[in-house]
Amino acid sequence: MGIVSPGFSGRRRDANEKLPPGQYLVTDFPVLSAGPTPRVDTGKWEFSITTETGKVHRWDWAAFQALPAEEPTVDIHCVTKWSKLGTHWRGVSLDTLLAGVDTSAGFAVAHSYGGYTTNLPLADLVDGQAWVAFDFGGEPLEAEHGGPARLLVPHLYFWKSAKWLQGISLSDHDEPGFWESLGYHNYGDPWREQRYWGD
Amino acid sequence: MARAAVLGRLTWRVGTVAATRDETATARTIALDVPGWPGHLAGQHVDVRLTAPDGYSTERSYSIASAPADGQADPPLVELTVQRLEDGEVSPYLTQTLAVGYPLELRGPVGGWFVWNPGGPASTRPVLLVAGGSGVVPLMAMIRERAAAGSRVPFKLIYSVRDPGALLYAGELLRRERAGDGLQVSYVYTRAAPPGSGQPTGRLNATTLASAGWPPEESPAVFVCGPTGFVEAAADLLVRAGHGAGAIKTERFGPSGGKP
Amino acid sequence: MSDYMDGNMLGGKLGELFTMDVTAAAITCVSCSASWTIAQTRVYPHAPGLVARCPTCDAVLLRLVRGPDRAWLDLRGVTCLQLTVPGQ
Repeated sequence: MGIVSPGFSGRRRDANEKLPPGQYLVTDFPVLSAGPTPRVDTGKWEFSITTETGKVHRWDWAAFQALPAEEPTVDIHCVTKWSKLGTHWRGVSLDTLLAGVDTSAGFAVAHSYGGYTTNLPLADLVDGQAWVAFDFGGEPLEAEHGGPARLLVPHLYFWKSAKWLQGISLSDHDEPGFWESLGYHNYGDPWREQRYWGD
Repeated sequence: MARAAVLGRLTWRVGTVAATRDETATARTIALDVPGWPGHLAGQHVDVRLTAPDGYSTERSYSIASAPADGQADPPLVELTVQRLEDGEVSPYLTQTLAVGYPLELRGPVGGWFVWNPGGPASTRPVLLVAGGSGVVPLMAMIRERAAAGSRVPFKLIYSVRDPGALLYAGELLRRERAGDGLQVSYVYTRAAPPGSGQPTGRLNATTLASAGWPPEESPAVFVCGPTGFVEAAADLLVRAGHGAGAIKTERFGPSGGKP
Repeated sequence: MSDYMDGNMLGGKLGELFTMDVTAAAITCVSCSASWTIAQTRVYPHAPGLVARCPTCDAVLLRLVRGPDRAWLDLRGVTCLQLTVPGQ
């Protein structure tokens, strides 16, 4: 830790017993990005799930909007230490999307427009743990926050909630994604503070 | 680059605020006493780190405003000029809370590309400096170093600001230009020009660049610094005017004017 | 909308790993073969790690993650890094 800067407190943040270790509460919604913001027109948007056998299930925006949606209110935790509690989303549960998908795969990789990837066990996408979200705070999800639609997996660090979601591929083997291949923890449980390899 | 070729990793070191000087209503120069400062080149910057009592920390980059000659004084003095941003997290602390005697953690000097060295190769080429807002800071270090080194290399500065109240180093630039040793300064006002000057307002354009800058045949070394949008627009104008892309060195601040 | 910085700002973090300035180092993009100095690359600093992209084709050139006691540097996006090393 560096020397303490007298009189410095930084952006408003609170310590809170409901937070995972090492996290701070923020009042804004920081934008983190590893590249230019993809601009995807909903007219051209497509989401697909590809199984381990190569079978592809696709939805265009109209088909996606026709699916039953949920409105989860969740806490989100970024590995860069900020957290937001009680965020409101609207999205389609992965349970709904996977309902018609025949798979015995154990692993998933989320792919984003723009090339970003992140991996997680399929077991962490089901049973009400994940959504493909398209509204935030009652408004359509802005591009800088991952719109038209992003993955939302709040029980893991937020880098797993891939923005500008384009598809999910299922596999029998685990394939580390963009950050997982460069030091960030393969699983990423904020409550066990799994930020980096070996944590 | 022998003088500031720091061999060995950069690590954080602690400086102490020796003096502060208001440059404008919203910008302040901070003079730091930095024991063990290895020296720097004009154009380099430092990373500054602030840490709260609970361990929260954040970093920003600030260009060194002082000439390398000051960094060789005893004790070595390193100056930063910080522009306060409305919604900033670090700049309000540096411009309003930090006071003489306070410690400040910094890492540097950083950068070996965006530098001007009076003793280096190609140091006889005329120099064109193009500044947008607080982008003038590293270019001022170059102007100050030129004077300290007694260099007569022709320098032209084109300095774009919103209005006269936003000018950093206003008096010093006038004084240095009047010294008549080869520095020329032109000002571009994007919102309001000095009252009674009759100077039109507006962004830097090809006409101003042609009249206030060097023609490409002079093969100047060009340094452009400021917010990202300004730098891209200026670099584009320079290339269109015929300056080779290889002769133009740029340093972008964040979109809000400060390096994030 | 330009939300990137340039590679000048990588000098501090890379300076903790290299013993010489890296911003002036020359690189060639693996994807499009364009040549740039690190200082000229487009850096997206607001992320769990630093990502530098090619100004010509936007491909990722290098990535840096800094943990409390480790750093990870990925240079797969460049053919190599050419550094100027002070002579003997």
